[in-house]
Amino acid sequence: MAAGVSNLHGETSYRYRKFKSDSMMAITVGATILTLIPLFLVLGYLLTKGVASLNWAFFTHMPAPVGEAGGGMANAIVGTLEVVGIACLIGVPIGVGAGLYLAANRASQFTNWVRFSADVLMGVPSIVVGIFAYAVIVRPFGGFSTLAGSVALAAIMIPLVTRTTEEMVLLVPPELREASLALGVPHWRTTLSVVARTALSGITTGVILAVARVSGETAPLLFTAFGNRFWSTSLFHPINTLTVQVYTYAISPFADWQRQAWAGALVLTGIILALELGVRWVTGGAAKAPR
Amino acid sequence: MGDGRGGESAKVAMAEKLVVKNLNAYFHKNRALHDVSLSFEQDRIAAIIGPSGCGKSTLVRCLNRMHEVVPGATATGEVLLDGNNIYADGVDPVQVRRRIGMVFQKPTPFPTMSIEDNVAAGLTLNGVQISHAERHEVIERSLRQAALWEEVKDRLRRPGGSLSGGQQQRLCVARALAVQPEVLLMDEPCSALDPISTARIEELLLELKSAYTIVIVTHNMQQAARCSDMTAFMYTGDLVEYGETKQIFTNPTRRETEDYITGRFG
Amino acid sequence: MADSIPAVRHERARAPVQVRLFGDRIFNTATFILALSILALLFGLAVALIADSFPAIRAFGLHFFISADWDPVNEQYGALPFIYGTFVSSFIALALAVPLSLGVALCLSEMAPDWLSHRLGFLVDLLAAIPSVVYGLWAVFVMGPWIRDHVEPPLAHWFGWLPLFQGPKVAVGMLSAGIILAIMIIPYISSVCTDVFRVVPHTQREAALALGATKWEMVKTAVIPYGMTGVIGAIILGLGRALGETIAVAMVIGNSAQISASLFKPAATLASVIANEFAEATSDLYVAALIELGLVLLILGIVLNVVARALVLVVQQRRYRETGK
Repeated sequence: MAAGVSNLHGETSYRYRKFKSDSMMAITVGATILTLIPLFLVLGYLLTKGVASLNWAFFTHMPAPVGEAGGGMANAIVGTLEVVGIACLIGVPIGVGAGLYLAANRASQFTNWVRFSADVLMGVPSIVVGIFAYAVIVRPFGGFSTLAGSVALAAIMIPLVTRTTEEMVLLVPPELREASLALGVPHWRTTLSVVARTALSGITTGVILAVARVSGETAPLLFTAFGNRFWSTSLFHPINTLTVQVYTYAISPFADWQRQAWAGALVLTGIILALELGVRWVTGGAAKAPR
Repeated sequence: MGDGRGGESAKVAMAEKLVVKNLNAYFHKNRALHDVSLSFEQDRIAAIIGPSGCGKSTLVRCLNRMHEVVPGATATGEVLLDGNNIYADGVDPVQVRRRIGMVFQKPTPFPTMSIEDNVAAGLTLNGVQISHAERHEVIERSLRQAALWEEVKDRLRRPGGSLSGGQQQRLCVARALAVQPEVLLMDEPCSALDPISTARIEELLLELKSAYTIVIVTHNMQQAARCSDMTAFMYTGDLVEYGETKQIFTNPTRRETEDYITGRFG
Repeated sequence: MADSIPAVRHERARAPVQVRLFGDRIFNTATFILALSILALLFGLAVALIADSFPAIRAFGLHFFISADWDPVNEQYGALPFIYGTFVSSFIALALAVPLSLGVALCLSEMAPDWLSHRLGFLVDLLAAIPSVVYGLWAVFVMGPWIRDHVEPPLAHWFGWLPLFQGPKVAVGMLSAGIILAIMIIPYISSVCTDVFRVVPHTQREAALALGATKWEMVKTAVIPYGMTGVIGAIILGLGRALGETIAVAMVIGNSAQISASLFKPAATLASVIANEFAEATSDLYVAALIELGLVLLILGIVLNVVARALVLVVQQRRYRETGK
């Protein structure tokens, strides 16, 4: 309380203090505007450069051979869907199941360790997760593969889904659980059909935000899914993804590839923002991914 | 376990449906019920009254083994349903709860289910296979029993949460009745309701009396006096007095009961 | 009535919720195994990285961390340039992001009316939704050249006497990496800080205002000190993000394994060198050295995360003690 109060009886002080207060508060507004400038710049450039580069061939054609103009990212779009889809198949059951366990066994020491591990996993850099998938899938299987990419993305999704599920289940009033048990419904059925069912919209929101998050990941895919200039949907071969393709094209020396990188970035960002905005619109802005 | 709600036994007046013997309940080391013994009779309404924290909710939750759902909660003693101890080894609490239904303080319709799905929830969630016609019959019968049918018959597919508080509580009664229990436990069913809804529930209790053994916990003495046949007064985990409602309210034998009823504490 | 019942005592306490049903047992076991798999994942992550970096650990020992020589051709691997690059780029990011994030957090929690605060908070959160590779693309083609033409010349002009701002002005380098990192971590720091400031109890604010404090004095004396622990937690969380951020940095930092005082010069970080070289690493020792860099990142990530969460937890518990919420 130092300066302000001791100056309380000074003559000029209040005007000065008021001025100082207003300026500081104006600075916070300035900081907010400054922070949002890059957002609008990035989105603006994406729209102008991306839309100009986007055409039908982008969605339907394969990448053109090196040095040739034209072509598209059809295989990368399908690849992203496949890698993320399989990651969901692996990650969602594990995350939801573990989250249900954490919510049902609040007091145990084991629960604390699992929750702690999930929190720590959320802070592990995604490229490190990529190395992990390389060590446990790529190396033993003898090559880059869709599966390895999906495992890496699943490992990123799992802690996010676990923590959201736990939080959402804890929001379900305990009375509902009791009401179901009092009807003679077994525990497991109560947990799944009443508790998890009631928390389902929240859990789904968490899953969608996790999907949005991993869809934009590049680093963990570089040496797992690797990328592929050709059509492949095999689980055990390298596969192309939008993020890796955008990365490769962006750092390439060819103008036409750079142009396509903008188109790819626009589509990628479009998908992710659609997921995020969609979820927030449906949930009235309450949704937030755990960090 | 007994022959259920058979024709003969139901007609025998004063048949002891539910007998509690030396029931002790604990939360971890704390004893919430001290050696409670009493019995509830077929086709009668018993009210349990007492100041808050006296163990009346704990007692009623012990009657269908809901007490032990709370972590750290345990119970000893016997509760006999038609002469069979529901706390005996090998008794499945889930089976017990199907025969002894419960309605809670706050209305708890399942928010993800429609009105009709809420009523049928006990059957659906227990995996009971019934035809469409049977299902509809159960829904209509239960809602009629709960005096809710006329109000909701045109909007059975609306969510359960769309009803008013009093209607929601009657929906919960209907849900409990749909699994055809023999005993109905009600844990302060009106404490979250307005006076009109409360009156509605009380009327309902009197209608249901002829078919069910009803135990109702209430902090409202007028309610106990209005609708119960028997009244138990509990204080700090002890059953102080249990007898005909008229006698308890007009001529209690114990000093504590008199003090409570005359409003000297609680 | 109660007296008529013969007293038969059963003293044995019943276990709570015996899992009697088969379904319950299956369900509990299944969810337990799934929960266990999270522990296994973290454990497996650590074990895999330690095992696979072992050749490098054995070959270089602690020398790995003090050697500045990264020379795949001669199989010499030293991590110092990347450790240096990681910390310097993250430091630039924090130096820019912390004041801005605090400004945003104060604006959202103290200045903006509720309806505006939530909309602005949503926009700031959107910064976190944009993929790293998109930031990288934008930084390579838009931000980098702009910094080269409009930021670096004045810096060199006014502060050129500092070694930090000497050297050729290029679009890719430490400064560009630090700035793009700052943009990427602001949403993380500001959202935690906003939450921390929002939970400062009203009594604290009112006590300051009642003494005649202006809004800023109230913020300075009541809000910031109260939320300090949480703010530090948020900054450490942001640092964790910055250290591990990969693709955007790999695209703009220039990828040069050198230690240079100039912020204009290209550099490399732990994460960026892994991204750039891993897929092309030919020898086993090369791969092992890169994985050891990953191990360093993992350890940094875990340590920072644990510290940050512990600090944020302290704030939450204090709030719990004080308000019971």
